Amino acid sequence: MFHAQSRARTVDLLGGGATFPYPLYSKMFYVYWKATGIKVNYQPIGSGGGQRQIITRTVDFGGSDAFMSDDALAKAPAEILHIPTCLGAVVVTYHLPGRPELKFTRSLIADIFLGKITRWNDKRIGEINPDIKLPEMDILVVHRSDGSGTTFVFTDYLSKVNEEWDTRVGRGKAVNWPTGVGAKGNPGVTGLIKHLPGAIGYVELGYALLERMPVALLQNRAGRFIRPNSASTSVAANIPLPVDTRISLTDTLSPDGYPVSSFTWILAYKEQAYRKRSMEKAKELAKLLWWMTHEGQQYAESLYYAPLPDEAVRKAEELIKSISYDGKPILE
Amino acid sequence: MMENQSSNKAEILFSRQDRRKESAFQKTILLSALAVVVLFATIFLSLVLSSFPSIEAFGLSFFYSKTWDPVSKTFGSLPFLLGTLLTSFLALLICLPFSLAISVFIGEYFTKGLLSSFLKNVTELLAGIPSVIYGFWALFVLVPIVRNFETKLGVLPYGVGILTASLILSVMIVPYAASIGREVIALVPADIKEAAYALGATRREVITKVVLPYARSGITAGILLALGRALGETMAVTMVIGNSNILPHSLFSPGNTMASVIANEFTEATHRLHVSSLMEIGLLLFLVTAIINILGRYVIKKVSVEA
Amino acid sequence: MDRSRLTLRLLKDRVFKVIVIFLCFLSMVPLFLILSYIVKNGLASLNWEFFVEIPKPVGEKGGGIVNAIVGSFLLVIVASLPSIPLGIAAGVYLSEHRGGKVAYLGRLAADVLQGTPSIVIGIIAYLWIVVTMKGFSALSGGIALGIMMLPVIVRATEETLKLIPDALKEASLALGVPYYRTMLKVVLPASVSGITTGVLISIARVAGETAPLLFTAFGNAFMNWNIIKPVNALPLLIYNYATSPYPEWHRVAWGASCVLVGFVLALNLMVRIIVGRWKVQF
Repeated sequence: MFHAQSRARTVDLLGGGATFPYPLYSKMFYVYWKATGIKVNYQPIGSGGGQRQIITRTVDFGGSDAFMSDDALAKAPAEILHIPTCLGAVVVTYHLPGRPELKFTRSLIADIFLGKITRWNDKRIGEINPDIKLPEMDILVVHRSDGSGTTFVFTDYLSKVNEEWDTRVGRGKAVNWPTGVGAKGNPGVTGLIKHLPGAIGYVELGYALLERMPVALLQNRAGRFIRPNSASTSVAANIPLPVDTRISLTDTLSPDGYPVSSFTWILAYKEQAYRKRSMEKAKELAKLLWWMTHEGQQYAESLYYAPLPDEAVRKAEELIKSISYDGKPILE
Repeated sequence: MMENQSSNKAEILFSRQDRRKESAFQKTILLSALAVVVLFATIFLSLVLSSFPSIEAFGLSFFYSKTWDPVSKTFGSLPFLLGTLLTSFLALLICLPFSLAISVFIGEYFTKGLLSSFLKNVTELLAGIPSVIYGFWALFVLVPIVRNFETKLGVLPYGVGILTASLILSVMIVPYAASIGREVIALVPADIKEAAYALGATRREVITKVVLPYARSGITAGILLALGRALGETMAVTMVIGNSNILPHSLFSPGNTMASVIANEFTEATHRLHVSSLMEIGLLLFLVTAIINILGRYVIKKVSVEA
Repeated sequence: MDRSRLTLRLLKDRVFKVIVIFLCFLSMVPLFLILSYIVKNGLASLNWEFFVEIPKPVGEKGGGIVNAIVGSFLLVIVASLPSIPLGIAAGVYLSEHRGGKVAYLGRLAADVLQGTPSIVIGIIAYLWIVVTMKGFSALSGGIALGIMMLPVIVRATEETLKLIPDALKEASLALGVPYYRTMLKVVLPASVSGITTGVLISIARVAGETAPLLFTAFGNAFMNWNIIKPVNALPLLIYNYATSPYPEWHRVAWGASCVLVGFVLALNLMVRIIVGRWKVQF
């Protein structure tokens, strides 16, 4: 499909959005540039940024792990497609001596982020983790300061498993956190937790593992404590997908699935002939999306993401094939 | 001046080409000055216009409501007003002894010589270091120190928070508070100082009871300058303040300032009201710093009249 | 006089001096701490690759910051092109018109603009340019920086021109040189050092600004010379890398900090040299 040095006239593509898949995207786009000469400039400004910038059309595509709501889509100037690119897990990570692997029940994790449990050696944590010597330290909650799909996924899970969270805080890309400090982006949260002994926060799996930080086992709907990894994330996605792939995977019904898994999507306009966009640019975008959902998937696992299951790839293909320029589909 | 000459003289002295170029020159510089004014006015107008939805929706409650909730779309800016006031005034308080010391050192004790120019250079360099580098250093060096301090005090040891932000801010504004003061102190007339010495006053007494009161307008102007800088400082603050939208309840709490909340949330505020509320905060910031600036100018004018 | 009271006063005098010197010394400590910290951690990163390569993907070693250096350079150029001529012209007007409504408003506007927080300028540039152009660009970032440079240049020009003795101007006028040529060929050249230092100071100030670039220049993983496209910049890179969790990125950020601080120091040094050598004495 590509030849290595197509430098005749290079188009560049501009994207912005989620920090959740950023390690994977930065790798993918670097490889893609080396292979095709096309520069894809993706800036990790947060899912909120991705959604806003695609609506205002200041970027060619957006990245978000929170799918756009029906309201938001209705307000957009034209139809926006959600193309899934990979699966990730939002994990709870923390900074404790000895880097123990902790288990959290559904109510426990909500209470921690609600600020109701404030010490690591609290009885309730000890009950679930009897083999672990918990230190006498304060729990320092770290959350996101920017509009984040990761936040959306995590608060979506918390809202589903805890009624108090649902009524008091709710789900969103940015919420009114009852406690804690904020940091910018997945990297910011990871960095801050690394700096602060006793800190706890939620980040995408890859960020925690790349920095060799411990991750918690969370309790899913079947009551099992699941370790987040590529496999348990994939399993969580083993459910029927809607045509537009906009679905939440949190608190999955799948008995072995990790309960805070999520797709991450690329947001792009279905009809690409807007605002004097060239056919060439639209074509390169479609080709990029096809590459990301096929050849690009090989880079997912080594960076701790889960590749798309077959059904998701099939749905993605349908969506990409529906991208049109002046009404005519771009890819055959 | 030239315009008062009779037109005959003008015809003799200047060719028509010269006169055309002359008027073009005058027009250009006039337009340039006007452009600056227009720029300022349009900035103000843009801020007001884009704040409108928020002003309409919240009115005065914007300033005393402490809930900033993007989910329920209620926006109150009290946490940021408080955060800004706390960090700026605390920073000013901390920097004051140092700035005064520098002003007195350069203005009184060592007005010339190696030591004085060394201190002057160091102070100017302090002012020249980019804010993001201050933040970078504070994140890696100040935060652990503050955290150790907080652990000893038994407070939640975040390390980031209002205190840390105030500390780094105070370092950054020392040059500004010292800047005008040191010049004004040097300009205190020798005769009133000598009169005091003649009455038997010690150096310290002359400084504290004669020089400083005399120079107080200049010192005040410098303080206002520093305050203006502190209010608008963004990067260093946002890196160490903890980015929490809850009302800070102690110096060790995380918080946010008006500037840092804009930096955090602007690129992604998707809802019209969210964007507008952020613009309103920007408008507030613009107005407050403008007022402080104008106050400072007024004080400086008094100083130059006195001198 | 009472002996003991005199001794007390002399003691206070001595103590006061010691305190003042001590506080001054203390206030210099942060500068050395910061500079030494950056140099210690950043020097190791400064190699040839650092200055010619673009950043590598997350987690991979190597790479450089050339796109950030080029981006910062582009931004300063875009900022200077409108602000230098406009600033000088406005400064000339202000220096020639001590009173008058326009001059008063002009000075007021320049002072307020100078004190306006850079983040506010950033959101204005976003409103005016990014939204209109429907895209992020070096242009919007440059204009934001230009708005920040303008008041500094205006005031520097005005102050410098005010110092030129009227005698010089009047001599030229008395010889029959038209006013505009007097300004352009006699007065302005005499003030070159003051105006240049104003320009250099304003550049040093905006080169390190991050806040206005957050919503305008946007950042770029690749090299970009096109001003209507997004561009990376040294302060942006430092901000993103410093707040990340990756040690490799921290090293790059320290290296970039060395480069940025080095640049600002170099500009400061140039200003000092110019003031020392070029200044026309009257």
